Amino acid sequence: MTTGTDLGMPSPGGTHGVPRLPEDAPKQTKKDFTSDQEVRWCPGCGDYAVLAAVQGFLPDLGLKRENIVFVSGIGCSSRFPYYLDTYGMHSIHGRAPAIATGLATSREDLSVWVITGDGDALSIGGNHLIHAMRRNVNLTILLFNNKIYGLTKGQYSPTSEVGSVTKSTPVGSVDHPFNPVSLALGAEASFVARTMDSDRAHLTTVLQAAAEHRGTALVEIYQNCPIFNDGAFQLLKDRDEKEARVLTLAHGEPVRAGNDHVVVRAPDGSLAVVPEADAEPGSVLVHDATDEDPSLAFALSRLDDGSMTHIPMGVFRSVTRPTYDDQVRAQVDAARSTGGGTADDEDLAALLRGGDTWTVA
Amino acid sequence: MSSKPLQRLDRVVIRFAGDSGDGMQLTGDRFTSETAALGNDLSTLPNFPAEIRAPAGTLPGVSSFQLHFADHDVLTPGDRPDVLVAMNPAALKANLADLPRGGTIIVNTDEFSKRNLAKVGYAASPVEDGSLESWHVHEIALTSITVEALADFGLTRKEKERAKNMLALGLLSWMYSRPLDGTEAFLRAKFAKAPEILEANLTALRAGYNYGETTEDFAVRFEVAPAAMPAGTYRTITGNAAMALGLVSAAHRAGLPLVLGSYPITPASDILHTLSGMKRYGVTTLQAEDEIAAVGMALGASFGGALGVTSTSGPGLALKAETIGLGVSTELPLVILDIQRGGPSTGLPTKTEQSDLLQAIHGRNGESPVAVIAPQSPSDCFDIAMEAVRIATTYRTPVIVLSDGYLANGSEPWRVPSVEDLPHLDVEFATGPNDTDADGNPVFHPFLRDPETLARPWAVPGTAGLEHRIGGIEKADVTGHISYDPDNHDKMTRLRQGKIDRIADTIPDLEVDDPSGEARVLVLGWGSTYGPIAAAARLVRATGLPVAQAHLRHLSPFPANLGDVLRAYDRVIVPEMNLGQLALLLRGQFLVDVQSHTAVRGLPFPAADLAEVLHKAIAQTLEGVQ
Ligand SMILES: Cc1ncc(C[n+]2csc(CCOP(=O)(O)OP(=O)(O)O)c2C)c(N)n1
Ligand code: SF4
Ligand SMILES: [Mg+2]
Repeated sequence: MTTGTDLGMPSPGGTHGVPRLPEDAPKQTKKDFTSDQEVRWCPGCGDYAVLAAVQGFLPDLGLKRENIVFVSGIGCSSRFPYYLDTYGMHSIHGRAPAIATGLATSREDLSVWVITGDGDALSIGGNHLIHAMRRNVNLTILLFNNKIYGLTKGQYSPTSEVGSVTKSTPVGSVDHPFNPVSLALGAEASFVARTMDSDRAHLTTVLQAAAEHRGTALVEIYQNCPIFNDGAFQLLKDRDEKEARVLTLAHGEPVRAGNDHVVVRAPDGSLAVVPEADAEPGSVLVHDATDEDPSLAFALSRLDDGSMTHIPMGVFRSVTRPTYDDQVRAQVDAARSTGGGTADDEDLAALLRGGDTWTVA
Repeated sequence: MSSKPLQRLDRVVIRFAGDSGDGMQLTGDRFTSETAALGNDLSTLPNFPAEIRAPAGTLPGVSSFQLHFADHDVLTPGDRPDVLVAMNPAALKANLADLPRGGTIIVNTDEFSKRNLAKVGYAASPVEDGSLESWHVHEIALTSITVEALADFGLTRKEKERAKNMLALGLLSWMYSRPLDGTEAFLRAKFAKAPEILEANLTALRAGYNYGETTEDFAVRFEVAPAAMPAGTYRTITGNAAMALGLVSAAHRAGLPLVLGSYPITPASDILHTLSGMKRYGVTTLQAEDEIAAVGMALGASFGGALGVTSTSGPGLALKAETIGLGVSTELPLVILDIQRGGPSTGLPTKTEQSDLLQAIHGRNGESPVAVIAPQSPSDCFDIAMEAVRIATTYRTPVIVLSDGYLANGSEPWRVPSVEDLPHLDVEFATGPNDTDADGNPVFHPFLRDPETLARPWAVPGTAGLEHRIGGIEKADVTGHISYDPDNHDKMTRLRQGKIDRIADTIPDLEVDDPSGEARVLVLGWGSTYGPIAAAARLVRATGLPVAQAHLRHLSPFPANLGDVLRAYDRVIVPEMNLGQLALLLRGQFLVDVQSHTAVRGLPFPAADLAEVLHKAIAQTLEGVQ
C-alpha cells in the first residue's frame, strides 16, 4: 500500500503552531510556572532538581503558558504536573502517551509534555510508549529512571539490574532489564537523549534540544531515589569516577571517555573504548545525531555492559521525519479543501441521505 | 410485462444461504436495496461465521442473510423464512429446520455432489431421497446455468462460477417483482475498473431474471405492495452506519471536532471504517495500538475540547474500564460505543447478545457512575448517538452506548431527518474565572459545579488564566486540588453519583403501549429486543388478550417514572439476551419481583416464542397464580 496523497509536510520546530508571547511582553519567570501546590516528594529526591530545571527552562520557550500541557501517568515522578502552573493531567498508570497522543493530534496549538517513570513507561505503559515513538507524535517525553518503583515503596523495575535485591526480590531479581535508550532507538524514535537529575546545565541543554524537536522526543533522566534505591547513579556523579565513565555526546565531535580514552569503530562496525594512544588514525567515532540509520546510536547505547563503565550522555539521535499528528491533521485539511471547505448543513444533509434514497409522498 | 400470473402477498421472509465465499451478504444487501426502493417496510438479519473463509462446503462455513419485507410496518427480520435459497448442501442442512413445512426451497443442484453431501453428513441427496417432500423445492443448476450464460466471456470457469449469486439474485428479483436497475447501477460502480467482470455479473443477473420468466418451474410471480409510511425521503441503514452518522451530526450540531480512538473488533469495526471516510466533516480517526490507548486518545482529545469517542465490543470495554474511571473522576465528556457480542472472553464474535449491561453500569473500580443508553433498532442508533453526545457534553461524563451485533449489521428503512430538525447541542467552554477567593479576587475553580446539572466547567488548554491540573486522585470539592479528606471523599462520591442521577430530569418518561388499557401484564425490554418484543405483543393482542409493552433506552439513570410503571402491573416480564441483568437491576432498585425470560443463542428472540411466554403469563395472571 502507498500513501494516498503527498501531504507536503513541513518540518518546523517542535513548538511551531503554538502561540508565543508577544515580543514586548514581560519575560516569564520560573515563578510563573510554579503552582500553589506544596511539593510532596521525599527530601533529597532527584525529582526536585528536575522540577527546578523544567520550571527554570520553560520561560525560555517564550510560549503562552496556557498552551503548555503536562500529562503524566502514575508514580512519584508523575506528580510532576501538579507543581507546574500550566494545564495538566495526572492520568493513570502507563497511559499518558496515549492520552497525550489524542490531545496533541487534536490540538496543534499545544506544546504537549509527558512525564513518566521507569515502571510507568516501560512496564505497564510499554506498549503505548513504543507506539508513540514509532508514530512520531509531537510530544516531549521525560522518563524519570530511578531503576525502582518509588511510589509503591521499592519493588524492582524493568530497568533494575539483574540481581537487584528489593522488597519483591529478597534474593535478587532474575529478569533482564531494558535499556530505555536502546528501546527508544529500536522503536525508531526520532529524538533520543539521556541526561542526569543533578546536572542542571546538561539537563537544560537536553530539554532545549528536545523541545525544539518536532516529533517524539524521548529523554531518559537518571534520577536518584534516596529512599529506595539511593546512589543508583553515584558512579556517574562521583567526582573521581565520572570523568572516565560519562561519555558526553556532542554532535560533530569525537566521542571521548575521560581525557585519555576514545570510542573507535572497528572494521566490523562495532564500537569499542580504547586508549587514545592506541586508536588508529581516523577510527575515532565522530558523533552524528542526525544519521538516518539508528545503528551507530544503538551501538553507543550498548557500549556499557550494565556496570556503568561507559555511559553516553546527551542526544543520541535527532532526525527529521513527518509527525503523526501533523499528517493526521493534514489529511483532515486535505479532505476539507478537496471537498469544498468545511462541511455545512447542506453537506451534512447530503451525507445523511447517502447514495440511495426514495421518497414517500 | 411478465406473461405469468401475479399473486399479491402482504409479507415475505427470504433467507439466502450459502458458503462464506458465495457472496450471500452482498446478494442480501442488493435484494434489500431493491425492496426498499419499492417502498416495502423491511428488516434484515445477516448471520455469518467469525472465520473469514471456513473450509468450503462445511456447516461452519455457512453464511446467511434473512430479509423480511411487507406492505405494512415490519418489526423483526422474521422468525422463520418462507423461502430458503440454499446454494449448497451445507446451507440446506444448516437452515432447513427453520423453514416451516410448505415453505419454498431453491437449491443449487450443481453443488449437491457426493463429495459435498458427504462433507455435511448426508448419506443420500435430500433432493432425491424424498426427505424434502413437505416443501416446495425448485431444483436449479445455478452454477452451470451461470457458466453457460457466460460462455462467450473470456473468463476462467472459476470467475464465471463466481457470478452465480447474481443469477440467484436475478431469479428472486423476478419472483418478487423487484426492479434490477439499482443493482445494475451498483455493479457498474463496483466493477468500474473491471469491465469484463461487470458485464459477466450483469449478464448473470439478467439471465436469472429471464430464467424465472421462461422456465415452467415457476408458475406464478409475487408482488408485495408498498407499505404506508410517513412522507419523507428514505434510505436503508444499518445500526453501525446510523451510529456513525449520528456522531457526525452531533459533532456538527455541537460545533466540535470529533476524535474517534478505536481498535478493530467485530462487530464494531465498521464504525471506525465509516468515520475514517468522513474527515471532511471534521472527523479524526486514530487507530490505536489497543483498546486502552483508543479510549485514552479519546479522553485526551476531550480534555483538549474535542468530542472524544471510542468504539469497541465487550472484550474492548473490559480493557477500557480504568480509563473510563479516569473520565468519571476528571469529569470530562466521553462517548464509549460497545457493540455487544456473545461472551464471555472472545465468545461469539459475530453473534448478538446483551450481556454487557452490568459491565457497562458497574464494571469499574470504585463508585464510578456513568450514563448508559441503548438503541432499540438499527435506525435508532442515529438518535441514540446524538443523545449520547448531549448527555456527555451537558453533564461532562462518560456515556456508554450499548448496541449489539444484531442492530449493528441489521438494516431497515430510515426516514432521513432534516438537519434543522436535529437537536441543538450547544456546548459552553469556560472562558474566565468563575469564583472569588477569600480576598475577593476572581479565581477559577475547575470543580465548581453548575447548580442545576452538577456539571463542572469544561476549561480547555489554551484558555488563558484557567490553567489547572486534573487527574484520577480524589479532588477537593470546588478547587479540584488533591484531597484525602474523608468527608470530602464522601461528598465527592455522592456528587458524582448525584450528577448522573440528575440526567433523569432531562430524559422523557417511560411510555407504555397498551392499546386496550386493560393489560395486567407488562413486558419490559431494553436495546435490540424492541422489535421481537413489539412483534410478540402484536401476536398476543391479535388473539384478543391485552398486554402492555414498554422499552428502556436509558439504563443509567432510568427514566424517573420507571418505578411507578413497574408497580402498576400484576406481572412484569423482562426478556433479555443475557441471564437476567436488567431484571437484577430492577429487583435491586425497585423491589419489584419481575419475571426474567432469557436466551443467549446469539440470535434475536423469535417473536412467536416471546408471544408464548406472554400468553402463559397472562393466563396465570388471569387465574390469579402469582
Ligand atoms: C493499574 C495500576 N497498577 C498498579 C498501580 C500501582 N503503582 C503505582 S506507581 C507504580 C510504579 C511506579 O514506578 P515508576 O513508574 O518507576 O515511578 P516512580 O514512583 O519510581 O517515580 C505502581 C506499580 C497503579 N497505580 N495502577
Ligand atoms: S520514594 Fe523515591 S522517587 Fe519517590 S519521592 Fe521518595 S525519593 Fe522520590
Ligand atoms: Mg521509578
